[in-house]
Amino acid sequence: MDFQLSDDQRALRSGMRDLLGAVFDRDRMRAAVERGGGVDRGLWRELGAAGLFALRLPEEAGGVGLGLPEAVLLFEEAGRALLPGPLVATHLAAGLVKGAAEGEAVVAVAEGAGRPVADLGDADAVLVAGGAEVLTGEALEAFAAGAVPVRSMDPLTPLHRVEGRWAGAGASEGRSAGAGASEAYPGALRREGALLTAAEQLGSATRTTEMAVQHAGAREQFGSLIGSFQAVKHLCADMLARTEPARSALYAAALTGDPVEIAAAKLLADEAAVRNARDCLQIHGGMGFTWEADVHLHLKRAWLRAARWLTAAEAEEILAADLGPVRPLYSGSAAGG
Amino acid sequence: MDLAYTEAEEEFRGRLREWLAAVLPGLPPKPSPDDWPARRAYDTAWQRMLYDAGYAGLHWPADAGGRGATPTQHLIFLEETEKAGAPYVGANFVGLLHAGPTIAAEGTAEQRARWLPPVLRGDEIWCQGFSEPDAGSDLAALRTRAVRDGDDYVVSGQKIWTSHAEVADWCELLVRTDPGAPKHRGISWLAMPMDAPGITVRPLRTLAGSTEFAEVFLDEVRVPVRNRVGAENDGWRVTMVTLSFERGTAFVGEVVACRRTLDALAAEARRNGRWDDAVLRRRLGRLNAEFRALWRLTQWNVGESERTGGVPGIGGSVFKLRYSGVRQELYEAAAEVLGAEGAFDLDREWALDRLSSLSYTIAAGTSQIQRNIVAERILGLPKGR
Repeated sequence: MDFQLSDDQRALRSGMRDLLGAVFDRDRMRAAVERGGGVDRGLWRELGAAGLFALRLPEEAGGVGLGLPEAVLLFEEAGRALLPGPLVATHLAAGLVKGAAEGEAVVAVAEGAGRPVADLGDADAVLVAGGAEVLTGEALEAFAAGAVPVRSMDPLTPLHRVEGRWAGAGASEGRSAGAGASEAYPGALRREGALLTAAEQLGSATRTTEMAVQHAGAREQFGSLIGSFQAVKHLCADMLARTEPARSALYAAALTGDPVEIAAAKLLADEAAVRNARDCLQIHGGMGFTWEADVHLHLKRAWLRAARWLTAAEAEEILAADLGPVRPLYSGSAAGG
Repeated sequence: MDLAYTEAEEEFRGRLREWLAAVLPGLPPKPSPDDWPARRAYDTAWQRMLYDAGYAGLHWPADAGGRGATPTQHLIFLEETEKAGAPYVGANFVGLLHAGPTIAAEGTAEQRARWLPPVLRGDEIWCQGFSEPDAGSDLAALRTRAVRDGDDYVVSGQKIWTSHAEVADWCELLVRTDPGAPKHRGISWLAMPMDAPGITVRPLRTLAGSTEFAEVFLDEVRVPVRNRVGAENDGWRVTMVTLSFERGTAFVGEVVACRRTLDALAAEARRNGRWDDAVLRRRLGRLNAEFRALWRLTQWNVGESERTGGVPGIGGSVFKLRYSGVRQELYEAAAEVLGAEGAFDLDREWALDRLSSLSYTIAAGTSQIQRNIVAERILGLPKGR
């Protein structure tokens, strides 16, 4: 057993970090905030050229031929950089929607009843998660006609509320699917969507921990660095103690693809992203409550991701259903010590 | 990144399973928690069986009498013994997980030859004489004095929270050998024979009503200078070696056991109807996520120590911090599953476990100390208040 990143995986991750540092630095991120989010087509193509969307397509289909563990590492970096746009949906649509793999097409996702649709305004296609149905052309127009823009809390993620006959889109499993979808695909789509979203959450949780530690090591109050105060230290330590179990759960889930492990990873990564962002904001004090500090962007996105693909309630029910009578309690074992 | 075990590791697992299946049915019943002589006999007999089968000191280096197993093999050993319901390391804990590895790492050839084989065979057991009434979390504030007199140290002072003291043969003892030095220096690590004149052991009753540990009073106890491990006044560094072992793999078996407890809780809730309570059901689901993640984190840490090939890292502090809290949440959920009619009945083992779970955020470094370690030594925040 070698449950550690391989050298290739480390290189892949640092390559993605370098790329994002070059094409989506803080200035560009803040510019995107002022624009109200949405997709930068040039950046989308660069991400496509770097293989983010085609990563898991076989090489003979023009893809990179890597697997979920590698995809998780890249999406972790995307989450860390607050990269906007329907990254997960476009990645999942590679091979299903023409141009998605190359970053030529932008693919949004309709997850089902009551869930807002992100980035619909930029979408060339909409993936209906429940049936792996793809809406393009007239079907897309009909879908968009029943969508009402929402003033989104997350300035990097434009949202639409869907009304009319599409309101329940994706709610029913196993609908007849469009080109390329198979019977097994809807479940896999949801699982992989949850896993990759969890990876973005993990990246965000890691980043807010770094931001908190950085601030605590630079900011002076009462004549000392605030990072020397135990109250601040303990907030930071708890952030790491949330992130690292979530990381192990996520990487393991990427290796096994097991639905219960994915539910655990999503639940813990959501919690790490949301609570770490809140603690980071707290450590930044009044500065943390300003628009200029980036921490609110992490928190808002973390809240949004937590409500997508697999909510805490859904994940906990999957995890509860997994529990069962394996054997009588404490049969012959010594619990003391 | 790979969760698959190698062929050699699976072979090791298979042989271990066969052996466990052959020997466990013949074991006598577990003794009462308060009967220390019986517990000692039970735990050392199990250690002897492990020794005879070649599983003693699995993770110890071969030149210390161990098997030189890889961290992954050790993980498999802990997983399989727990899954099979084999006895816990019990009274052999300090010898196998603290004192032994410390002597193996820091002791002289004579010291290794004297103390390591009896630990592996289950002939001698150890207790830990670190904490004092005024030196718990602030361990370096310890005051027990050792004054050199010829070939002996003369030791006076008091230790507390000493598990197994009543039945131990040896004590890994921290003493102050230079009262004038800064508090982290001036400390030495001694192996003290528990039958030496001047030692008084007084059992302490825990809030669970049991006698898990004791106070140890030391009145001019003579300990030979040759029993000192490491240099005089270098005991703090030696101690840090010990503690890194303590926080490394000490809880592996317990994570497996907690998951089994959680399964049993779910079964009980389904039986008594509380499963229909969505809040409680979801709470158990969340605990499933926590224990799965802790197991994966353990595998991750083992992978890391296999790469670095050394002593378990300080990542153990992250594990301990999270685990100790989650364990307490598990038993709070258990009380809710049992309901008022069962939660207060001390004849039910999970009621006792609910009480003992309270010690996890205190023993082996409190959660507050673990947070300081994580913040200062992993995250690099400044030392201070």
